[in-house]
Amino acid sequence: MLAAAAALLTSAGPGAAAAPTAAAHAPAAAPALAPAADTCDVTKSAAPAKDPDGAAVRRIRQRGSLVVGVDQNSFNWGFRNPRTGRIEGFDIDLAHAIAASLFGDPDRITFKTVPTARRIDAIKNGEVDLITRTMTITCDRLKEIAFSAPYFRSGQQAVVPKAARITSTAQAFRGRRACVAAQSSSEAELKRDARGTASVTVVENQLDCLVLMQLGQIDTTLTDTALGAAQAAQDPGIELVGDTIAPAFMGVAVSKAAPDLVAWVNQVLADYRSGGGWQRSYDHWLAPTMGASSAQYLP
Amino acid sequence: MTTPAEFEGAAAAPQAERPQAEGPPGRPDVPGARRPGGPLADGRDRLAELGRAARTPPGRLRLAGAVLAGLALLFGASAAWQAGARATAADQVVTHSRPLSRDASEIYRSLADADTTAATGFLLAGDEPAAVRKQYEDDLATAARLLTEAAGQAAAGSEAQRLIGSLNEQLPSYAGLVETARTDNRQGLPLGGAYLRHASGLMQNTMLPSAQRLVAVESARLDGDFAAAESLPWTALLLGAVTIGALLRYQLVLFRRTNRVVNPGLAAATLAVLTATVWLGAGGQASSSSLAAARTSGAGPLRVLGDARTQALQARAAENLNLVSRGASDTYTKRWQSVSEALGGRAGDAAAGGGAPQRAGGGTLDTAGKNAPSDAAVHLAKARTLFAAWDTRHAAAARSDQSGDYDSALKATVGLGGTDTTQAAFAAMDRELAAAAEAEEARFGTGTSGVAGGDEALAVGAAVLALLAATGTVRGIGRRLAEYR
Repeated sequence: MLAAAAALLTSAGPGAAAAPTAAAHAPAAAPALAPAADTCDVTKSAAPAKDPDGAAVRRIRQRGSLVVGVDQNSFNWGFRNPRTGRIEGFDIDLAHAIAASLFGDPDRITFKTVPTARRIDAIKNGEVDLITRTMTITCDRLKEIAFSAPYFRSGQQAVVPKAARITSTAQAFRGRRACVAAQSSSEAELKRDARGTASVTVVENQLDCLVLMQLGQIDTTLTDTALGAAQAAQDPGIELVGDTIAPAFMGVAVSKAAPDLVAWVNQVLADYRSGGGWQRSYDHWLAPTMGASSAQYLP
Repeated sequence: MTTPAEFEGAAAAPQAERPQAEGPPGRPDVPGARRPGGPLADGRDRLAELGRAARTPPGRLRLAGAVLAGLALLFGASAAWQAGARATAADQVVTHSRPLSRDASEIYRSLADADTTAATGFLLAGDEPAAVRKQYEDDLATAARLLTEAAGQAAAGSEAQRLIGSLNEQLPSYAGLVETARTDNRQGLPLGGAYLRHASGLMQNTMLPSAQRLVAVESARLDGDFAAAESLPWTALLLGAVTIGALLRYQLVLFRRTNRVVNPGLAAATLAVLTATVWLGAGGQASSSSLAAARTSGAGPLRVLGDARTQALQARAAENLNLVSRGASDTYTKRWQSVSEALGGRAGDAAAGGGAPQRAGGGTLDTAGKNAPSDAAVHLAKARTLFAAWDTRHAAAARSDQSGDYDSALKATVGLGGTDTTQAAFAAMDRELAAAAEAEEARFGTGTSGVAGGDEALAVGAAVLALLAATGTVRGIGRRLAEYR
């Protein structure tokens, strides 16, 4: 994983993005994934470049505002702070950094809430320029849309009540009532391997699993590590346990028709990391629940 | 002067006379003879004596008098009983089943309103005004109070009791979920929204269907009582006709035998039974039709209006919850579409074009308007205009939300003090629907008032007239009998 992180940092040179491959992680986790879907390299993206004359970039600048698809419900990632009325979080900081690079003003941005199921359509229809929404890069999605280089390394993990004193992934599922979000990678993962669960409840949104857990109707939740941490941030009585399974990378989704924008975003990402913006945002939003060390989350 | 055969042919109820005329078989043939042999034999002798007496002219007269007076009394009893039963059923409609049916609708409305108001308060979060909070609490208190009252009225083991029991259990759970949502939301946690959606799910998927079922059960009971109160007293009317026929026929027989034109007693009896029968028929018809009118112009339209109010509440809840879910779900957009179509009719393509949605009509609002009496129609016309305004504002708010301007969408939907918000249009429309319901309620009251009292008077009147008829018969026959002394 450090290789991947190094790759992003050094990916300023052309072709460098090809260096980290999925194979680098394969010994650890690839066997857990469906092999056919992961024959591609999800970390591969366009070479970083800022071309102010690119068609997509020019269009956005003419419009005067960057339209970004976000989530309003992922605590610390992308959520509407009822106190400020603003959408805030780690993903949102990144969107502001991209707006700043385009306009010199981080606030020339229009946030559009995009439900999980509509993310790909929103990009393909041109409803949004970008999506920063804890979106995992997968080979299937790469067939339809483009992604930036990875900006966060994640995976899936079990979320359990602290009172249950669970220490391993196997223990988290065996004989327990599990919960997953519909159409998520977690649902696919438990379908692939039920891990001895007593039952699996499928809900519309992973946050619904936390409601059910607080009400004592389920015992364990499988979700994205990042979102699991967001759950833990909202309930001190629960924790993430066991290994991260099915490692994954989050990327900024962009239309395939806007290669100049992909390259631009990759350049912003490289600058964002080297300039310390990434780390500052991590420290602010994620360190309290995901740990002071961000090394394991760097792609 | 007459032969037995003549009398037999003219008798009003020869079949009633025959057993007595024939007497028990094997009787002794000695007139007036008394044989020792205990009370049984004694009784048999008396019967025999009666049988013989019945074949004498005065005996025949007595027998005919007894049959006619008996018929009059039987008619009176059945008329009093049937009119009384109708009075009870009408009273049941007014004092029992109608209030219960109305309470069941009110339970449903309170619960649906609580769900809608909770979402409004949630969206306003820290800015939630005391009035919104109070409305939510009033809704829960109303539902709890009416459920307790309904529980007292429901028969043990009935479906109504089961439904009321489960609603009573779920109400505190629902309130608890809403409070958790509120607390989480105030702490800035997105979990609050998930709690509110969960609470609303409990309400929409479990509690409201139970309440809806309760409304159906109580409506069926109301319909049953209406039917009982509207049914005409056919048995009594038939008996009345038979009694009149018998009295007229016997007077004809007497006229032929005696050449006296009028027997005052029998004539009075005929008149009394005729009066009672006409009163029973006409009065029954009148109260039936006023009940039927109350049902068709009161209870029926009230039910449609209730549906309209319910759908408006559901549409409002969907609109609010869509903002609560903040794009986490498209369930509520879909629900708005289906409920608003049920209410206002299918939306045309103009909705997609960005203007106000052109609705084809034919929704519940239109149905309610068609059935409404004139005093309610004014309110319903206003309600339809307000729905159009709501619809247009909703479409504009949805466009704001879709273009990423959540704040504008929020302001257009629950904005405080704003007069051009969807909240303002919805609230005004609900007030018009409530006013229409009040007008129809008044009409229902007019239709049913006095029906029970009228039927009660009828029951007493029929009994008194039947007694008069019986007395008249006895007196009339008595005068003829006196001629034999």
